[in-house]
This record gives sequence, C-alpha cells and structure tokens, in this order.
Amino acid sequence: MTQAATLRAVARRAALSALTLLLLSMVVFAAGQILPGDVARSILGPLADARAVAALNHQLGTDAPPVLMYGRWIGHLLRGDMGLSYAYRSPVAPFIVNALGKSLLLAAVTSVIVVPLSIGAGIIAALKHGQWQDRLITLGGLSLTVVPEFVSGILLILVFGVWLRWLPISANTRPGTGALEQLRHLILPALPLVLILFGYISRIARAGMIEALESDYTRTATLKGLARRQVVIRHVLRNALLPTITVIAAQTSYLLGGLVVVETLFRYQGIGSLILTAARGKDYPMLEAGILTVGVAYIVSAILADVIIAVLDPRSQAARR
Amino acid sequence: MKRTIRRLATPGFLFGSAIVLFWVICALFGPYLEPQNPYADDLMNPLAPPSFAHWFGTDQIGRDVFSRIIAGARSILSVAPAATLLSAVCGTTLGLITGYVGGWLDAVLSRLIDVILALPLIVVALVVLVALGPSSLNVTLVIALVFTPIIARTVRSAVLAECKLDYVPAAQLRDENALHIMFAEILPNILPPIVVEVTVRLGYAIFTVASLSFLGFGIQPPSADWGLSIAENYGLIVGGYGWTVGFAALATASLVVSVNLVAEGLQDALQ
Repeated sequence: MTQAATLRAVARRAALSALTLLLLSMVVFAAGQILPGDVARSILGPLADARAVAALNHQLGTDAPPVLMYGRWIGHLLRGDMGLSYAYRSPVAPFIVNALGKSLLLAAVTSVIVVPLSIGAGIIAALKHGQWQDRLITLGGLSLTVVPEFVSGILLILVFGVWLRWLPISANTRPGTGALEQLRHLILPALPLVLILFGYISRIARAGMIEALESDYTRTATLKGLARRQVVIRHVLRNALLPTITVIAAQTSYLLGGLVVVETLFRYQGIGSLILTAARGKDYPMLEAGILTVGVAYIVSAILADVIIAVLDPRSQAARR
Repeated sequence: MKRTIRRLATPGFLFGSAIVLFWVICALFGPYLEPQNPYADDLMNPLAPPSFAHWFGTDQIGRDVFSRIIAGARSILSVAPAATLLSAVCGTTLGLITGYVGGWLDAVLSRLIDVILALPLIVVALVVLVALGPSSLNVTLVIALVFTPIIARTVRSAVLAECKLDYVPAAQLRDENALHIMFAEILPNILPPIVVEVTVRLGYAIFTVASLSFLGFGIQPPSADWGLSIAENYGLIVGGYGWTVGFAALATASLVVSVNLVAEGLQDALQ
C-alpha cells in the first residue's frame, strides 16, 4: 500500500465529511432560525410592542432574507465567532469551550471504563463461543444497549448512591477538590453510558475474535505447536481488535447524545446540558453552536478512527477498493 | 412458516413477548386495572412509602405510584409504535423506490442518512421539537422522520439483492409496471428483514420517547408517562424517596429489554 493511496483515502473522507458538515449546518440553521418564525417576538413575548419587535429583529439581523442570514452566520462561524447568546447577552464561544471540556472529561472517564471492560468481555465470549458465558455476555450486553441512560442512571443511583453509599450521587464537586476525588464523582455519571456502549463494543470484539480464531494463520500458529495463550496474544488479538476501533468511533454519536441525558440527570454542566438549557430557553445561537460542535466532534472522531486503522492495518485500505 | 414458529420458541423470545403483552394489556385496559385514580392528588399523604394502601407508595403530591405505572404504559405504547409504523411505511416505500429506480434519488438518500447519523437522535429530536413545540404528535413525527431513511437503507439493500434474482428481470420482460414489480413482486420477498428492522426500531423509538419525556420535550404533564414521572420526581432521590422513580425506571427497562428480546428472537428465526 502506497502512502499516496492512503492520503487519497483520507482526503476523500475529509471531503465527504465537509459536505456532511455543510448539510448539517443548513439543517441546524433551518431548525434554529427559520422554523421558529419571529425570533424577537419569541424573546420579547406576545405582549411586546410591534415596533420594539421590529427593532430587536433588526438589531439581531433576523429581519434579513434566510439565504443572507445563513451566509452571514457561516461567515462568522468560520472566523470563530459563534454569535451572542440570547439568554446571557454575551459571546457563545466561551460557554461552548468550557462545557466541551467538561463533557470530554466525562467521555474520557467513560472510555477508560468501557473500552477495556467490553473488549475483555468480547474476548471471553469468543473463547467460550457457544457456552453459557458467551450467551450471558452477548444477550446481556445487547439488552443493556437499549435501556435509556436516565433509566439505568436512576437505578444505579438508587443502588450505589443511596442504598450502598459507595459512590457520590452528584457529578459536581466543591471548588478546590482534588483531581482524584473529582474523578470519583464522575464514575456514577459515566456508568449509564458504559452500559449502553458495552453491548456494541463487546459484540464487535467478539465477532472479530471469532473470525480471527477460525482463520488460517491461527491454525498455522497452533500447528506450529504454540501454546493457546501464545496464539491468542500474538496472533489473534491484533487482528481481531482492529474492527473494534471503527465501532468505538461510530458510537461517539451515541455517546454525545447520551451526554444530554446523563448530564441533565447528574446536573453536570457539559455540552449536553448546555444544549438542553439552550433548547428550553430558546437560546438559538447557543443551541446551534452546541449542536454543530457535537456534529464536528462526531466527524472528527470518525476521521481519527479511519486514520488509526489506516496506520495499523494497510489491508483495510486495499479491501475498501 | 411452521419452522419459523418452532424456531421462535426460545426462552428469550417467549419471555420478551410475555412482558410486552403484559404492558400492552396495561395500555389497553389500564383504567380497569388501576386500583386508584392515577391523576388524583392527595396533599395530606405525599411521599408515603410503599404500603398495603399504596403498593408502590405515593409521589410528591400524593398520587398513587402503582396506578401511575399502569397508566404510564398507554402514552409510551401509543407514541412509539405510531412513530415506528409511520416510518416503516414511508421507509419501505422510499427504500423500494431508491433501490429499484436508483440514480440521483439514491445518492441524495445516502447523503441524508449520513447527516442524520452524524448527530445523536436525541439532539436532532430536540432541535425540531424546540422549533415546533413539544407534543405527542410532534414527537411521533420527529421519530418517524429520523427512522424513515434508516429503514429505507435496509429495504434498499434488500431490494438490490433481489433485483439480481431471475424473477425481477422476468417480470420486466413480461412488461409489468414498475409499481407492480416493486410492491407485488419484490416486497413480499423482503418482508423478513423489514420485520426485523422495524422491531429493532420500535425498541429505539421507546428509548427515544422515554428519553425525550425525561428531558421535558416528549409527553407532557399531567400524563402518567414513566419518563415524565422520573423527571418530576428524581430530585427527591437524595431524600430517600426512591419509590417515586425506581418503579418507573424498572417499568421502562423491562419494556425496552423485552422488545429487544423479541427483535433478537425474530432475527434468529427469520434470517
């Protein structure tokens, strides 16, 4: 595999992503600025004077034709200007940056728990293919993926927070709390996300393992007289876990959506609760910026996964042709 | 057919169907099963723990939690199946057309799916519901809108596989009309994957409706909806009033897991 071909594949991916992003921005803009109708009216309320409404619309620039408004909005966005929040009357960007940092921390805690756990479970299920351990992990994992985060969150809070008192219920800590203690407060909020992702990741890890275990190179290694442990560690794992990376990246979208619910349940001020607060308060600039941030985060993680796989396994490029 | 039914008789499928049936009965005959009025408050008796009078206790304005759990089955089991059915009809039609006719429509659909999948379902639904206003009808429409291209994609790939079989060119040579080929020739042959996909979607529809209700953008008060009840009462967990939300959480979990078990059973039996 030549480097040029790899570059071409990544460039193609980036071009498609840019197109997706463009469409996404149109959808978000349409939903945020055209569907609600009169922005100033919705801010000032039904009793406001018509002249005041017109003046505010002019001030906000929401009296221009939609195409012009969209162009202006995109132009500002590209220069890093996300506009002014209707609710706070101050620039949106700092809110987004701050909330994104908190959400990434929660997402990181989630990944640190879920990735080893589900890959381990997938490996066990594959090694015990068809036995009760396999069925338990497969069916249990699949059942957990469909339980809404706020439902598992409530049950986890009741068991680990209220009944056993092992973990703190609140995601927030007082200022000046140590980093380790802060992380401990994030375990309970991370667990509902872990439960959702566990089923997806372990299923793919299991499928990859089973395929690798049944392959010719595994048989060759076994026939060479290598011990089972050696075969698994040296030959099976590396080949089996590549597809898992793609799935982990693909689940980022779920993870980000789950953040809205989990952050609300645990009152954690991340990008998810920022979007929800903006949605409740009809703060459209904040809402649009938050949603675009989520979309960009998803696309970036998809590209990253592609790059990682291209680096680790040149075959995947050849196979895609 | 007989073989399919025999293959369906797995413990998981039977267990799942039984629980789903239980909640469907609650949804249909709720008013006859509720021991008390699920909407009647009793301000003299708020947050009462489970007892003989109130099996699951009472919530913060004294409403009977047990009755509200039964009543709550109705809202979620009307919105989620309605949304799924709507998207099944639209998605199947769209998938048949894009798969059979192809061309630019096909390209547009694939791009559209990419955009929809680039955003979490909850977030897409939030954006639309903020603009249109939250109501059961709007929630149904939003979920149907998002699921339609996803179902269409499954149908499309099934159609593409069918078009390679001899009976489709044969029908074309007989000069059958395209609509007849799509709906009378191809559709009956691709029903199994559609049934599986729609059941899986039903599970996600329940997931989404419940989550939206929890966030305040789904089913609206004074409904006894489970997600809404949890949203109204979860602030009380710290005080030790776990029964106000715990039973609603268990009810939601049992419903989604059961629908998923049914979908799994169908998939194993049909494919």
